[in-house]
Formats: sequence, C-alpha cells, structure tokens
Amino acid sequence: MTTTLPAPATAPARPGPTGRRGAPLRDVATMTRREARRSLRSVDSLINAFALPVLIMSVFVVIFGGAISGPGGGYIDYVVPGVLVMCLGMNSGSAAVAVAQDMTSGTIDRFKTLPIFSSSALWGHVFASVVRNLASAALVVLVAVAYGFRPGAALGDWLGFAAFAVLAVLTFTWISVTLGLVLSVEASMSVNMIFLFVPYLSSGFVAVETMPAWLHGFAEHQPFTPVIESVRGLLAGAPDAGTILTACAWLGGLLLASVLAGGVLYRRRTAR
Amino acid sequence: MNDPMIDVRGLRKSYGRTDVLRGVDLAVRRGEIFALLGPNGAGKTTAVNILTTLVRPDAGTATIAGADVVRDPAAVRRAIALTGQYASVDEFLTGEENLVMMADLAHLPRRTVRHRAHELLERFDLTGAARRRVSTYSGGMRRRLDLAISLVADPRVLVLDEPTTGLDPASRSQLWDVVRSLAADGTTILLTTQYLEEADRLADTIAVLAEGRIAARGTASELKALVAGDHVRVSFQDAASLDGARALAVAGLDQAETDDKALALTFPSTEPVRAIRDVLEHAETRGLAVAAVSVVKPTLDDVFLALTRTDTRSAEEAQR
Repeated sequence: MTTTLPAPATAPARPGPTGRRGAPLRDVATMTRREARRSLRSVDSLINAFALPVLIMSVFVVIFGGAISGPGGGYIDYVVPGVLVMCLGMNSGSAAVAVAQDMTSGTIDRFKTLPIFSSSALWGHVFASVVRNLASAALVVLVAVAYGFRPGAALGDWLGFAAFAVLAVLTFTWISVTLGLVLSVEASMSVNMIFLFVPYLSSGFVAVETMPAWLHGFAEHQPFTPVIESVRGLLAGAPDAGTILTACAWLGGLLLASVLAGGVLYRRRTAR
Repeated sequence: MNDPMIDVRGLRKSYGRTDVLRGVDLAVRRGEIFALLGPNGAGKTTAVNILTTLVRPDAGTATIAGADVVRDPAAVRRAIALTGQYASVDEFLTGEENLVMMADLAHLPRRTVRHRAHELLERFDLTGAARRRVSTYSGGMRRRLDLAISLVADPRVLVLDEPTTGLDPASRSQLWDVVRSLAADGTTILLTTQYLEEADRLADTIAVLAEGRIAARGTASELKALVAGDHVRVSFQDAASLDGARALAVAGLDQAETDDKALALTFPSTEPVRAIRDVLEHAETRGLAVAAVSVVKPTLDDVFLALTRTDTRSAEEAQR
C-alpha cells in the first residue's frame, strides 16, 4: 500500500476544543455509549449479561426447586430474589474486567490527558452497567414467571424494586470498577466470584436457621441478607421499611466509599 | 513569542529508592520536532507521563504552552495530545466511532463532530476502513488511527511515546511523513524513541537520555561530531595488498581496524579526501590492488554507544 498523506493545503481550520470548560454530562454520556457498544458487541459480555443469569435461574428452580421446599410456599417464590441479586452482582462484576483492560491498554491514560470531567470514563462503565443490568433483571424475572414464579408486587412495589435495583447495581459496579483499577486483567476476572459466592452465605437461598450455628452471625449481618430480603419483600408486595432502610444504608455507604476510593485511584494510577 | 513551547527545568522523579529522573532540562520551540532518545529504562516514559499530567514530579518545573503541569493541568491538557506506546484505540468500535468519540470528548460543536471525523479518516487514508471494527485493522492502520485520534482537537503539542515500536518499515516511514507535515503546520512534537535512525531522520533536536539525565543534546550532526570525525574505508582485491597497505605512510592509518574477511581497512581521518588520495597514490606506486574506497560517516549508534558507555563508567566510578 503506497499512500501519501499530504498536509492540507490551507492551514487547518481550528475547530479546537470549545471554550466551555466543563461539559461533564456530555463526557459521561459519550463514555456510557462507548461501554454500551462494547457490551452489545462482545459475545462474552452478552453471555455474561443474559445467558448466564437465565441459566442460574433455571438451575435453582428446575434442579434445586424439586428437592428444597421454601419456608411457607414453593421454593421458587423464595429463591427468585436471591438469584436476582446474585445475577445483578455478577453482571456488575464484569465492569472490573473492562476497567482493568482500559488500564492495561493505555486507554485510561489517554482519557486522563484530555480536558474532560475527571472520572467520566468510570461513570461510563457504571451507567452502561445499570442499563445492562436492568435489561438482564427484566429478562430473569420474565423467565422466572415462565417457570411459575408468582410475585405479589403491585405497580408501586415494582417501581420500588427498580429503584432499589439501580442503587444496588450502582454500588456493585462501583466496587468492581475500583477493584478493576488496581487488579490485573486476569485477577479482575474473579471479581464476579465475590458476587457469586458471598450471597450463598445469606438468607438468599436457604433460611439462615438451617445453616451451622457458627455461620449465623455472618449470614444474618452481612449486607446481602438485607439486600435480598428487601427485594423479597418488594416482589412479594410486602416491603418492610426497616429492612429496606438497613439495605440502603449498606449500599449507600459502600457506594460512597468506592466512588471516593475509585476517584483517588483513577487520578493516581497510570498504565502498567 | 520566543518562549519555548515546552520548558522543563530540573525535573526529578523517584519511585521508591530508584531515581528515574535526576534533573532533566529541556526546551522545545514551537513547530520543532524534538526527540528524547534513550534505551529502555532511561526514564523516557516517566518524562512523558509528567509532561502529560499523568504523574507529578518530585522536584523541578515543567510548562507546556505556558501552563504549569502541576499547577494548571487542565490548561496543559487543552494544549496537548498523547499517543502512547500502545495504540490505545477501542477494538470493539469502528474507526469512525473511535474518532467521533474523541471529537465528543474534545467538546467539538456537535454538528462538526462527524465532519471532523471524516476529514481525519481521509487524511490518514482510512476512509475505506471507517466502518470496520478496529479489531480487523493491521498494526499500521491502528497507529494511523491512533495518531488521527490525537489530532481531533488540533493540539498545539503532540507527545508521541515510541510511536513506531512494532511497525514495519513502510508504515514507519509513512508515520514519519505525517509527523513532518504536522510540524510544518506548526504543531510542536515531542517524541521518545529508542531507535537512533528515527531520531536521526525525523528530529530537529535530539536529547540523549541516559540514567535519568540528559547526556547530550543537539542536532543529529552536532551529536555525531561529538564522537569523532569521519572514517575512511579501503578494501583490497587480495590479502597481500591488504598486508602491504598497513605500512603505508598515510595520516591515521596506524589506528586502522582490519576486516580480514572483507579485506578492508577502516581508519579515522580529519581530512578524508586527502587520505583517500594518499592511499591511492601509494598503492599505485607499490602495486597494491585497491578494490573500493569510501568515506564512512559516524552514525548516531556510535554517539549513543559512546555516551552511554561513559555514563556507565562514571556510574561505576561513583559507586567505588
């Protein structure tokens, strides 16, 4: 291929950056679009976001559902909230890999040399994750209903569930993004294992009383328990304000901590 | 007006107990192509990271287009563009989407975003591949896109960190052409490289960075003059002629290095034309069969080796 790359005959029109110093919303929107495209175009991410959650739901309902009977009703009504939260977490965990890749490839370094809103690249990952997760959660709920899940939620409960899910995904994704800034690409791939295994040690899948006594303390007080119980209440149409408050306190606190830590790490760390 | 576009004074940076930069001074004029040349680990990337606001220096100052990298990083970022060691383009986006994204991030007026993207695709000969994902691009195409992306906001200073590492010779010389045309348009260019040829062919000024210090600076020819003058190389048709030639009374010949395989002598000379004439005259008188003569100019490799060698020696002495 022989090509010449002539300089433009006239001095280039200086479109230049506009005088506006900050356009943070535009920056975040651009970054969100970037990440959404990546999610939609990578087979891996489509499998992680949609196929895997449906598979997990099926395993719990079809395989375990026959053997376990839930407290007061079918196991399916008991387990769907646990599976939903687990899927939201796992799906958010992919953000750690995406951020670690951006760090390694030098992409984040380039973004940091642009006059843009400082952590817009990270917010792009987070917002794309919210959209992806809401779509995935809707699919999982539909599949659950097809298996025989009968939620008692009214419209208000569903809206409450949606808002709660957004808060949970924001938190889970920010935790993942922050881990992605410090971990290698390989290590970041196991971040979603946190979200896959820690929920087992909660009231998500079996009642805490059935666990060995030494686990009770952790299982009752770890954040996944109030988070899953909140979802359970909302989907059953009987939300408990106290539980939801506890869950929101956990999520809000973790969210704040990871946004702050992520912001600092983003400014300090360069490509490795 | 005569203020340098890049002005670096006494820059220092350590990581733990390793002193990466030990007092670096640089001044780059507007429209100049300035090469920071050094082996791996010399501190090139650290210098680039400080100049592009990614890392804060421990001591010293650096200003770009009049803005201090520590006190006013936002102004520095508006003036510069960085093309890093890896082509940091998004694989899962098309070439066009990559450019549109960067135009959005540069806050170009929305209606000009697409126009600017197409203009750059055309300039970098990527129009045909504009709607293909970057994952299908060759190494050379990625680099061109990478550079196009850097130019979206029309930066006043372009920082290229080892821009041609891993490129084939054709793509490399194509990239050099682009860099030259940018400098001709008034863009100031700071590039790092470990390729002497690249610095030699491209840069107006070269600074050799060795062990965290500028070991030498100047134009390529000034640096070459630092090492030594020219050399004369004479090759002969047979071994007997080669042997006979060693005894000739020609200035500098006593310092000749012999290449027995090529039947050639190479010796330093301050007046190479005169030396060649002397060699030919004497050879004819004595019946020596000369095959070829040539003047050998020192390469930047020689400079580089000489500078880094002294540097190692003085470092060893310092340790003693």
